[in-house]
Amino acid sequence: MKVAVDVPSYVKCRQSCRASMSAVRCWRFKRNVKDVSEEELFAPGHRGCAGCGCTVAMRLALKASGKNTIATHATGCMEVVSSPYPETAWRIPWIHVAFENSAAVASGVEAALKALGKKDKVNVIAFGGDGGTVDIGFQALSGAMERGHDLTYICYDNEAYMNTGVQRSGSTPFGAATTTSPVGAVSLGNDRPKKDLPAIVAAHGVGYVATASVAFPLDYYEKVKRAIAHKGPSYIHVHSSCPPGWGIPSEKSIEILRLAVDTGMWVLYEIVDGKGRITYKPATKHPVEEYLKVQKRFRHLDDETIAKIQESIDKRWSELFED
Amino acid sequence: MVTLGGHIKETGSTTKTKTGGWRTFKPVIHMDKCVDCGCCWIFCPDMSILRKDGEYSVDLEYCKGCGICSRECPTGAIEMVLEEK
Amino acid sequence: MATDVIHGSKAVAEAVKLCDVDVIAAYPITPQTRISESLAKFAATGAIRAEYIKVESEHSAMSACIGASATGARTFTATSSQGLAYMFELLFVASGMRLPIVMANANRALSAPLNIWNDQQDSVSARDCGWIQIYVETNQEALDSVIQAYRISENHEILIPSMVCLDGYVLTHTMEPVDIPEQDLIEKYLPPFKPALSLDPDSPITLGAFANPSTYMEFRYEQQKAIERSFKAIEAAGKEYGKLTGREYGLLEEYNLDDAEIVLITMGSLAGTVKETLASLNDRRIGLLRVRAFRPFPKDDVRRLLKDVDKVAVIEKDISVGLGEGALFSEIKSSLYGLDSQPSMAGFIAGLGGRDVTPEDIAGVVKKVEKGFEGTGWVGLK
Repeated sequence: MKVAVDVPSYVKCRQSCRASMSAVRCWRFKRNVKDVSEEELFAPGHRGCAGCGCTVAMRLALKASGKNTIATHATGCMEVVSSPYPETAWRIPWIHVAFENSAAVASGVEAALKALGKKDKVNVIAFGGDGGTVDIGFQALSGAMERGHDLTYICYDNEAYMNTGVQRSGSTPFGAATTTSPVGAVSLGNDRPKKDLPAIVAAHGVGYVATASVAFPLDYYEKVKRAIAHKGPSYIHVHSSCPPGWGIPSEKSIEILRLAVDTGMWVLYEIVDGKGRITYKPATKHPVEEYLKVQKRFRHLDDETIAKIQESIDKRWSELFED
Repeated sequence: MVTLGGHIKETGSTTKTKTGGWRTFKPVIHMDKCVDCGCCWIFCPDMSILRKDGEYSVDLEYCKGCGICSRECPTGAIEMVLEEK
Repeated sequence: MATDVIHGSKAVAEAVKLCDVDVIAAYPITPQTRISESLAKFAATGAIRAEYIKVESEHSAMSACIGASATGARTFTATSSQGLAYMFELLFVASGMRLPIVMANANRALSAPLNIWNDQQDSVSARDCGWIQIYVETNQEALDSVIQAYRISENHEILIPSMVCLDGYVLTHTMEPVDIPEQDLIEKYLPPFKPALSLDPDSPITLGAFANPSTYMEFRYEQQKAIERSFKAIEAAGKEYGKLTGREYGLLEEYNLDDAEIVLITMGSLAGTVKETLASLNDRRIGLLRVRAFRPFPKDDVRRLLKDVDKVAVIEKDISVGLGEGALFSEIKSSLYGLDSQPSMAGFIAGLGGRDVTPEDIAGVVKKVEKGFEGTGWVGLK
């Protein structure tokens, strides 16, 4: 895919901060952070791990969507940590049914709202982790997207089955060690590239598809707002960190996510009515080694494999960023 | 007695569980260095940075001590201090 | 009231129309397809106002029904065999969440080998999912039972989903005269759906939370108590329906039981064949007990009706492989357990995968039992 580099104003910055630029990192543009709703619709006391990036993805999505939202959820980390009966972290109507059907349940919610004449007033969000979206929930997602329901699907992607103890999913990146793609004498970890789900969803003709990262909260916040505003199905794939699963210290949860973007491992873009554009171009491209070496799941990779990963990133980088 | 179909009416009720007990280090904000950028607030996974009229404080009832706020603060205004129990 | 000569599938669709359902989510499968087709036609012509979700699988059909019902909509789906099996995990979720979804199941054999014809293995295998299960004998009863199912399931004392089971082909694809009640009559019988739980931003709730060992058992207990309350609700719904239409229904149907020494027991359309056979045998000593409600299972009524009988013979279209008998036979034996003078009991597996069960087969069962046969047997096995 060839996309035009058009950096929107909300991520522009006149002065680079300590690390690479992002709206929130740049304190000169503090106005932007203040635009984010103060309302906390995801409550503290949830059982998420310290430094969990996925909970930030939940929190920000709800801030963007607001209280007139019904959310459905696939089984997974965020479902389990947020609803230990009789407690719940959710301050909006929320339902979890099973692992593979968040999109189908949301289809039913949307149809019911339509039948009852309430759809105009209520947003519908379906949440799922990468396992519940790119693997077991793929069929239900495809159906819901194809049928044209007015709902937003948000996949929080921490790149493995973290809830059950870090097993490989179709969204696990090449080379990552997981408990089902362990490193061994004849294995360098996961031997397949990550499934490109946003592209597959875009191929359904979905009007709004975007990638996002928890490390770029305003970009993500804006994208959720746009997805919600879009009539018909919309899809956001948000890269979310998992300190225990990735083998990173909790305090580095956000900066490592940022490194994914700055190295080109993860690219922030949106596809609106079939037209793609990059929403954030890193000021300087960092070598992928910086991203890989700080995570236990990649620490075993030898120079040759890292070079191979770098090569694939360079190829994509030149396709996306260099005209 | 359990609720009908397992529904929960009391929304946001995880606040009953004080996850602050998980903490080893606690964040201490030095307001003299704070530039009110909101990084700590927006990245907190536990809604534990409280922000009001440019003043920042930590909700120690829920803060799990992950250290994201300290790490993300562009001016180094948040220090992680070993919790004394 | 208009009488129409229609397929069982159409009868189900007419019932759904009369019930003014909000959301339908269905996926085609033989022999259920004609139900979803008839409903699609109603939707296309504006005869019903329901949102019809053409889901990509039965799994999503039940998922969408759960989502819709939880949002406060009256919902309907229909399936069969493999489709019901594919829904399996969600059957537990629907009942566990106490959502009054109504589903029609066109009874069909399960693969392998692949077979599209009738037996009742599919829904009988789903008996422990916490749903009310009604097995119907005729197309008329299919229509009437779907309407009653909403009234039973939506009762706030009950809130248990219902499955109306009609034999694939034998009913779904067979024309019978069916009285279609007037809309205003059904509006009197079935009040508009008032959800007990609903996902509403004005008063948000969480549904589908994670329960640990300290609470899980109590949820199952509450379900059991609720489905026990449905005994009365099923009977009341059947009686009330009778007042309006002249057709009364209960948990069980008693046929020629007054002086019966031998009682045949079955479910679904096979009861029609049994009645024919008994009519031609013209023997007051032989009666029929048709089980209409398989869940909740009316143990006490079965015990009361059979306690003075000499011989009991169950004929059913399912088998618990490994146990060597059908589920209905097991339930009947369990219902009669510990009686002072227990009848002799025989259970027959018949009609699997659509094999015909003829009046001669039924007469053969009667003969066998008269001669003192006990235990399990197969009918029509080559």
